[in-house]
Amino acid sequence: MTSVSSYLIKSVRILGGEPTDLLLKDGVVAEIGTGLSADGAEVVDADGLIALPGLVDLHTHLREPGREDAETVETGTRAAAMGGFTAVHAMANTTPVADTAGVVEQVWRLGREAGYCDVYPVGAVTVGLKGEQLAELGAMADSAARVRVFSDDGHCVSDPLLMRRALEYVKAFDGVVAQHAQDPRLTEGAQMNESELSGRLGLAGWPAVAEEAIIARDCLLTAHVGSRLHVCHVSTAGSVEIVRDAKRKGWNVTAEACPHHLLLTDELAATYDPIYKVNPPLRSAGDVEALRAGLADGTIDIVATDHAPHPHEDKDCEWAAAAFGMLGLETALSIVQHTMVDTGLLDWAGVADRLSYAPARIGRVADHGQPIEVGAPANIALYDPAATRTIEASASASLSRNTPYAGMDLPGRIEATFLRGRPTVLDGKLV
Amino acid sequence: MPAAPLAHPGRVVLDARDIGRALTRISHEIIERNKGAGDLVLLGIPRRGVPLAQRIAARISQVEDVDVPVGSLDITMYRDDLRLKPARALLPTEIPSGGIDGKVVVLVDDVLFSGRTIRAALDALNDVGRPRAVQLAVLVDRGHRELPIRADFVGKNLPTSLSERVSVRLADLEDDGVDAVSIEPRPDATEVGE
Amino acid sequence: MKRHLLSAADLTRDDAELVLETAAELRSLADRPIKKLPALRGRTVVNLFFEDSTRTRISFEAAAKRLSADVINFAAKGSSVSKGESLKDTALTLEAMGADAVVIRHGASGAPHRLAHSGWVRSSVVNAGDGTHEHPTQALLDAFTLWRHLGEERRGGLEGRRVAIVGDVLHSRVARSNALLLKTLGAEVTLVGPPTLLPVGIEGWDVETSYDLDAVLPKVDAVMMLRVQRERMQGGFFPTPREYSRRYGLDGRRMATLQDHTIVMHPGPMVRGMEITADVADSDRSVIVEQVTNGVAVRMAVLYLLLGGSESESPE
Repeated sequence: MTSVSSYLIKSVRILGGEPTDLLLKDGVVAEIGTGLSADGAEVVDADGLIALPGLVDLHTHLREPGREDAETVETGTRAAAMGGFTAVHAMANTTPVADTAGVVEQVWRLGREAGYCDVYPVGAVTVGLKGEQLAELGAMADSAARVRVFSDDGHCVSDPLLMRRALEYVKAFDGVVAQHAQDPRLTEGAQMNESELSGRLGLAGWPAVAEEAIIARDCLLTAHVGSRLHVCHVSTAGSVEIVRDAKRKGWNVTAEACPHHLLLTDELAATYDPIYKVNPPLRSAGDVEALRAGLADGTIDIVATDHAPHPHEDKDCEWAAAAFGMLGLETALSIVQHTMVDTGLLDWAGVADRLSYAPARIGRVADHGQPIEVGAPANIALYDPAATRTIEASASASLSRNTPYAGMDLPGRIEATFLRGRPTVLDGKLV
Repeated sequence: MPAAPLAHPGRVVLDARDIGRALTRISHEIIERNKGAGDLVLLGIPRRGVPLAQRIAARISQVEDVDVPVGSLDITMYRDDLRLKPARALLPTEIPSGGIDGKVVVLVDDVLFSGRTIRAALDALNDVGRPRAVQLAVLVDRGHRELPIRADFVGKNLPTSLSERVSVRLADLEDDGVDAVSIEPRPDATEVGE
Repeated sequence: MKRHLLSAADLTRDDAELVLETAAELRSLADRPIKKLPALRGRTVVNLFFEDSTRTRISFEAAAKRLSADVINFAAKGSSVSKGESLKDTALTLEAMGADAVVIRHGASGAPHRLAHSGWVRSSVVNAGDGTHEHPTQALLDAFTLWRHLGEERRGGLEGRRVAIVGDVLHSRVARSNALLLKTLGAEVTLVGPPTLLPVGIEGWDVETSYDLDAVLPKVDAVMMLRVQRERMQGGFFPTPREYSRRYGLDGRRMATLQDHTIVMHPGPMVRGMEITADVADSDRSVIVEQVTNGVAVRMAVLYLLLGGSESESPE
């Protein structure tokens, strides 16, 4: 790693505003203004680039411990840095499951050692993600990892009483339950969005109601016990409507959408290529439209990647045998630009909110997701929105290759990522 | 319908009357060679061999006062150039109910050219049964044999160049209902119908 | 024809009629002393069966052998879901053996599609039934059977003929392929079953649907009964087998409401007493045994049309 401790970023447009210089020193934003002198700092020419607060992902699968053949904390955070992220929340569905203080501290420590981005472990809600008994949420909250987000992601906390207890219990340490909303009975063997197409393809359907019914129930439970609910990967128009209604009622509900659900539709399942197999499934064009609108009006608070690496053999097979999930960290910002910014639905300030401020707020992460101001931690992404890149699976910093965007031309490229004033990515390459 | 001069490009070498005479002569030769029509089975090679076989059979029946069984023998799957083109549609194979075992089978085709069709027909026949003898009747022999095959009964020997094409039109098959054999310049280098 | 037969939707009307006409020519082979044609001499057809289906496998095997192809039967029991040898590794093995066509039966919908389009093999792929997706050669043999009984004497083949497909449409690959193919051939299809066994979105299939078998039967020219699989009986799709039989089974009383010329079909294997009673299955209207005979001719036609000619001029 480089030993330079200060960086002068020349003529960068903060959130797409007027060009200015930005001096990062001792881990914080030291000065903002035009014509700043380098004064020993390494100069980064950022002409044409946009500065965004370092992105924060509330939903990442780093696979370590247990599936180091798919991803490790190190490779996953390298991919995160390449995507402009300075903080990621690592989901709990590892082996062993992150359901004890020991496991979450291990993941947290691995993240610090890798040094590419801060890793905030998500704790499991129930022991072994089995949905039977609460995990030691308090112990995880009190651990060095200071866990605030709890999720059985990959599994739904479907038992209503258990969900109620979890929502109640996390109030003690200002935690949030991030629910993977999927009624297990309504989705037995489900393979893709239930639609005319699923019927034609003979793939078991995954009805929207299986997601919406759980979200509706959880919103009511949250209101009832006065807790905090976060809804993972909202994928249907109906879910957006339920969350919108809950917010209108003043309930403490937040929601996320994944980049792939903002762009791709279930028509892709007709290829039977499991690269498009994901949980929740790709939905209809109408659902995509509703998610974009929800993200634009704030009903959907954040974009979270649900970065889900899988080894080649788990995707190079027939659809039903394949694993659910797709890569997302390195392409998230480009997808958001393509679907939200270039369409006029969101400006760069809005992007900063949905991908940095809001997720940090929901995850109760203090050092990330702050506006680029003098004195703020120097967690910053420099982004070239005018660039176009053709996505190549083999070029990913992830250990896995399961990107659904291979071959697509996407706008924008991360040129640099700074974590506490130190570059993790410079000139578009990992440092 | 107005006269369509372009419908018969090239030179007409046999008109309907010529064809009728040739078939009558062939019919008599068949009877003569086989000393009657007792064990005869005529198998036309689709498409044009089939109506020719029917016409010959009708003439033999007239003379001999017996019904001569007529069928068709598709040779598509026995062609030696099967793999050179996309899969072709099959044509009917209809073996008369009495079969061909012990019979004298007369294969009937319109034009004898390289001999490859007849080679294929002999193979096809082999899978259908075991005739006592096989004879070959063709309306036109245009030469250029590529295999040791000759016709027993020939309507007309027609010397041709390889750059020419022999076109046989039969009233039973063609929309204009006219019998004619003509020689045309070969439109391209593709294989010619035999 | 395309290079692969993965779905009945791969067939244009011309393609489908070519298969039926070819099958009609090939059917007479059964009456000849030597039941063999040389068209596929030197070609290798692999029957790759991940699911048990003796009748379909034997039908394809007989078809390939009658066309003089070399046949390799590869019974890969248990799907790759259980982490046995993967579909891909099996495919690479077959490719190394020089297979010209792979006839695949697989429990996963889309497995033949993957085999054809993943670049694992260069051979033609014939779908012999995939999951709850399709079974196009079954649809072709059903269409052929219908055509022989209802179509040949009428110009236009099956144009305007009415066919009811009755039962577990949701899980039936036979129903999917038949609905597609019969529509292509101009027939009018009515899918009949309890609402729980008709797929969501069926309105978009361009077929009629009905929950009332009795109302449909007098109007149709053919009734195709689908098998009700044992595992569905526990799936909560209908209250009891008894109630299912009462509402959707074809028995003598219902058969009496059919028009005189109407035929009864079943892709087999039948669950006698469940979707069809023995007296119906064995009646004069039943063409169930003939369906099996026609299966060989239709599969010969498919293999011949896919493999009999050159490869080059077959556009993807």
